[in-house]
Amino acid sequence: MIVSVYVRRRCVDVASKILMGLATLVGVFFLFWILWTTLRFGIAGMHWDLFIKDTPPPGTDQFGLRNAFVGSLILLGVSLAIGVPVGLMGGTWLAEYGFKSRTANAVRFINDIMLSAPSIEIGLFVYAIMVAPMGHFSALSGSVALAVLMVPIIVRTTDEMLSLVGSDMREAAVALGAPAWVVITKVTWRAARAGIVTGILIGLARITGETAPLLFTALNNQFFSRDVFHAMANVPVVIYQFALSPYTNWQQMAWAAAFITIIFVLALSLIARWFLGRVQVPK
Amino acid sequence: MSGSDVALPKIQPLSEEPKSAGRSWRPSADFLFHKAAVFAAILVAGALFATVVAIAADSRTAIHAFGIWGFLKSSDWNPVTQTFGAFPFIISTLISSAIAMILGVPVSFGVAVFIAEIAPAWIKKPVANAIELLAAIPSIIYGLWGLVVFAPAFATIEPWINDHLGAIPGIGLLFQGPPMGIGMLTAGIVLAIMILPYMSSIMRDVFLVVPSSLRESAYAMGATTWEVAWNIILPYTRTAVVGGIFLGLGRALGETMAVTFVIGNSNTLSASLLMPGATIPSVLANEFTEATTKLYISSLIYLGLILIAVTLTVRFCAVLLIRRLGSKEGAAA
Repeated sequence: MIVSVYVRRRCVDVASKILMGLATLVGVFFLFWILWTTLRFGIAGMHWDLFIKDTPPPGTDQFGLRNAFVGSLILLGVSLAIGVPVGLMGGTWLAEYGFKSRTANAVRFINDIMLSAPSIEIGLFVYAIMVAPMGHFSALSGSVALAVLMVPIIVRTTDEMLSLVGSDMREAAVALGAPAWVVITKVTWRAARAGIVTGILIGLARITGETAPLLFTALNNQFFSRDVFHAMANVPVVIYQFALSPYTNWQQMAWAAAFITIIFVLALSLIARWFLGRVQVPK
Repeated sequence: MSGSDVALPKIQPLSEEPKSAGRSWRPSADFLFHKAAVFAAILVAGALFATVVAIAADSRTAIHAFGIWGFLKSSDWNPVTQTFGAFPFIISTLISSAIAMILGVPVSFGVAVFIAEIAPAWIKKPVANAIELLAAIPSIIYGLWGLVVFAPAFATIEPWINDHLGAIPGIGLLFQGPPMGIGMLTAGIVLAIMILPYMSSIMRDVFLVVPSSLRESAYAMGATTWEVAWNIILPYTRTAVVGGIFLGLGRALGETMAVTFVIGNSNTLSASLLMPGATIPSVLANEFTEATTKLYISSLIYLGLILIAVTLTVRFCAVLLIRRLGSKEGAAA
């Protein structure tokens, strides 16, 4: 009787361990499957013309993604310009002025909800406040949508990283007569620099491949454009439209663009990880 | 009361040099910095409310035309006759997410326990990193992979599903259909892979919160690894684990690109999971740029409003549940 209980418990334990190992294997398997697919099709679709020519019209056998690459860089640049100040100041308010007050915790709560917002909802939101009133799609609205997606990430990491900075440093600066804003910009921001940069990089990685919000905002443009007040080509929407097209060269370009996107995102994640390793956690 | 201090600034504007008077009124850098921070915090918190209000405002036309209940239960989606109903999209969204949860939750739990409890130290870090990389892959690449690689591969095993699962009386109806590779089931599987890293990383994080004294006492009593995971760690972290599952559900419900590629985009509802369908996000992605009339666009935004009502509730519960454990941890420390 006792032996059978022992055997049963042992069997359950071994079976559960095997199942959990298998679950992990499944996850890792899909990761490598997706990466391998992107690598294989992406390298097959590589072509020098991708970087020097614009997206070709349908039915031709040319290659080119220059307008999309430039458009995506402009979109990301403008969203950084909008999102970083807002996220940084928002996080700073939470950590330096709000502390653990009721209001600050409410803002943290809302920020956590925004952190997991489906990107399509943000796209609709920016469509409603910018595209519909302006009457046409614009790269600027795309950047705003991406910034809205990025801000909660920056707010959260900034808040957490500033909270890690010891109060002794702040007190030392205050004792020297520094006003609050000098203490924050010259002492706490500097001490938390690595962590804040990590947050910005993770935010950037998150918005790099975002497609859904851009369908409602920046849309696409067949031609080269630097005008942020009108529709602009960008890599994710080009991938979406080209992948579902019947033209072989367009599909190849979609894969090449996907490959470059994934390399960019993985590189950002790796750099972010490296920065995170440099964060000094106080004892 | 020092009356002279109060009186001085009032006299200054009358003096010969208005510039110096203006300077004394200039706010300090400290004041400006504080206000900038407050403003940013208001923007951060206001974005959530602004999203709901703006989307609700833009769906007014459709709400007036179809009402609330009429829109929810109508299956008629016809841009030609300008009649719109949300029913098939709501059901498809719920079903594809349900498939993702049924497949994704046990696997995420397994991954989390494996990384937190079972894996030897040398394998822990690379596996945890690999699972987190899965979260870094943009959803459009999941879609592309799902359409070009996974769907054709899945189509080859669909006849088997037809023959075996489709033959079961009752639920067999769910698994009958042409082996196309794309459809609700494919969308659910791709969603499950996508939400796996989110759920498992939250579960793993909260498993680490469990005090080691609890864990060690259980092991000292002779409990097996499985018994510690199931009877000690899971009950202790239950609320946060449910929160993590809700977070995954919120992602699945709102996921757009991956689903749009593999679900087949059919506006009619069918009983079989192997048949194509269309979720709220996928119909938005597909039809928004083609929508020409005001009513059409407004109806699509109305769909977005329904989606936001559902995901917001789910996300609210998720954050609330995850935070509960955080306060427990604070109380223990």
